[in-house]
Amino acid sequence: MESPLAEILKPFRDKKGVTIAVLQRVQEELGYLPREAIDEISRTLRISASEIYGVITFYAQFRTVPRGRHVVRVCRGTACHVRGGGAVLDQVKRELGIDENESTEDMEYTLETVACIGACALAPAMVIDEDTFGQVTPGKASDIFMARRGEN
Amino acid sequence: MTHHEGNGNKRAILVCEGTGCVSSRSIFIREELQKELISQGLAESVEVKPTGCHGFCEKGPIVIIEPDGIFYCNVKEKDAAEIVESHLKNGTPVERLFYKDPATKTPISRYEDIAFYKKQQRVVLRNCGHINPENIDDYIDAGGYEGLNKVLSGMSPEQVIDEVTMSKLRGRGGAGFPTGRKWAGALKSERTPKYVVCNADEGDPGAFMDRSTLEADPHAVMEGMVICGYAIGSNQGYIYVRAEYPLAIKRLKIAIEQAKERGFLGENILGSGFTFNLEIAQGAGAFVCGEASALMYSIEGKRGMPRVKPPRSVESGLYTMPTVLNNVKSFATVPVIISRGSDWFAGIGSPESPGTAVFALTGKVVNSGLVEVPMGATLREIIFDIGGGVMGGREFKAVQTGGPSGGCLPSHQLDLPVDFDSLGSAGSIMGSGGMVVMDQRTCMVDVARFFLSFTQEESCGKCNPCRIGTELVLEILERICEGKGKPGDIELLEEWSQTIIKGSLCGLGKSAPNPVLSTIRYFRDEYEAHINEKRCPGGICKELISFSIDEEKCKGCGLCVKNCPTEAVILIEKKQPVKLDQEKCIKCGTCYDACKFDAVIVT
Repeated sequence: MESPLAEILKPFRDKKGVTIAVLQRVQEELGYLPREAIDEISRTLRISASEIYGVITFYAQFRTVPRGRHVVRVCRGTACHVRGGGAVLDQVKRELGIDENESTEDMEYTLETVACIGACALAPAMVIDEDTFGQVTPGKASDIFMARRGEN
Repeated sequence: MTHHEGNGNKRAILVCEGTGCVSSRSIFIREELQKELISQGLAESVEVKPTGCHGFCEKGPIVIIEPDGIFYCNVKEKDAAEIVESHLKNGTPVERLFYKDPATKTPISRYEDIAFYKKQQRVVLRNCGHINPENIDDYIDAGGYEGLNKVLSGMSPEQVIDEVTMSKLRGRGGAGFPTGRKWAGALKSERTPKYVVCNADEGDPGAFMDRSTLEADPHAVMEGMVICGYAIGSNQGYIYVRAEYPLAIKRLKIAIEQAKERGFLGENILGSGFTFNLEIAQGAGAFVCGEASALMYSIEGKRGMPRVKPPRSVESGLYTMPTVLNNVKSFATVPVIISRGSDWFAGIGSPESPGTAVFALTGKVVNSGLVEVPMGATLREIIFDIGGGVMGGREFKAVQTGGPSGGCLPSHQLDLPVDFDSLGSAGSIMGSGGMVVMDQRTCMVDVARFFLSFTQEESCGKCNPCRIGTELVLEILERICEGKGKPGDIELLEEWSQTIIKGSLCGLGKSAPNPVLSTIRYFRDEYEAHINEKRCPGGICKELISFSIDEEKCKGCGLCVKNCPTEAVILIEKKQPVKLDQEKCIKCGTCYDACKFDAVIVT
């Protein structure tokens, strides 16, 4: 039986320098990079699984575990830091009861930090899925999650 | 070549759709404006155009009416009807949406008269905010592809390189290497294929110049790359851009397709016989990939770890072939150097570093945004004249330039002219252009700790002094911030910093200690206060501070109560001083920032 990844991998066969692009494409499809996918990429690109794993762990973008339904990213850029981004991150951790790079038990949220989203005029900034929130304070962060809990 | 019909005379509403303004719903504002134009019968005579970043992100979303030059700030969807009816239909601009001078409160209608823009000189950002980045005709109408045309209709590769060399353009990625000399090195090599690579891996936290340029004017960067390809004899270029910049990637893809259709890219460009193709390589999030050799390994699909130099990349770069790698801003500058001439460019700014510098001005500054000034402008002009000074009227403490590789400069360096050499001698770097303003409520030890935690995490681990050294330095900084610093720690920080600088291969390691060394150099007293007196003068380090309420000053307005995330501030009776529950207080400082009467004391 042909694996569901075969179709995705086909255009990359026999091309040089495509490892990162392949991993990005597969992660886009599956949400993360499970062990089985790494093995299949290894066979298709004729690169050892350990080398691929080395690439995965080197870059911040790649994940080997699934994420929650919603991803909260708190910006840790310099502008956000000097405007109080650290306190916002602490508050989000308290709200969700998880640490950075963890997911809530019900898989509703995953908490991540990002080096900079480049919206420095909005500092401190936080992104939930596609929505950007600017000038966030710890109190405002609580309100945002309170409102979301009300909606859900 | 088809142009917009009546493009020159037609009125246009320019809506900023850079990342900052999009975050504040500017796309919906554009849609609302379009709807209003239709319902008010003006859709034929007025065009709504999305543009890239206009730079004044603090006041976003920004809407500009051309050719009037009227500037509206903090626009909301509900303002669309009034803008269309009052301004475009009846000729009365909407004064309440004008920018107001913070000092005099006078409304200013035209953007050219606003202090933020008045002192700027825009070369790299020449088209940003003025053209629709998704429409090649807008770029052509603004003089785009004239440089390429000139190059391909009679200039030899040597002449192109001479022109760039005479302009004295230095690489805008931060190191300031002369661009012409780099290109000449690649032309000399006889090995083929050669490559042209654009470094758009803007990983510096607090910097968004390259992203904004790509989002607002992608053709300028591409035109510079094609010219470079012709000059060095390369037929293939790569733009290495962060995957975290989806809008920039989307606009680049559109621009590449449009340039191909018009014959500015691909086979036989403008009938000259010269072929140049362009591909986008998406970075996957590694700061070290901003380093040239690491970036090229990353394009090859490998771990981005820097290698020993020489050989330099003009001899052995991508796939070990001769490669020119330049920053986004360098490439974006090339077309105007060619079309307007090297003399024009060399006449801007300071003699040894001609041209302009682009900064992302952020932090505790009134006007956050993108700023472009002639090289040699002083920090004071940038931060106070253009940036409007420190937020909330607080006192200036330091400015950080160059991101995690840069340093912090104190107030007595404010009159320093900004260029590659002067910033270096003051203990910072130009870097790619982040400029973060810090006020009195910033702890300089904490800032050093912040940057080190970043570089420690981003160290690729190849060189031990960087991998282990940054970890050790971070440990000391953390314990100082926690009030566990010991006498001798400052000296230890200096010693290990030197070891990291000496023992690291690439720029990341060599510059990682800069934030530590520059804060020790200029703010040693803050380190000493932490270590000897267990006191944080900036009022930031949680283990060393406590909050209390000045009952004389507190008016009982309840603003702090409303903002406190942990219900630690309690209003017992209206208009009576609030109480602070120390058990519940998490020392986040929200109450301090919220209070309008200076009634929250940090000790």
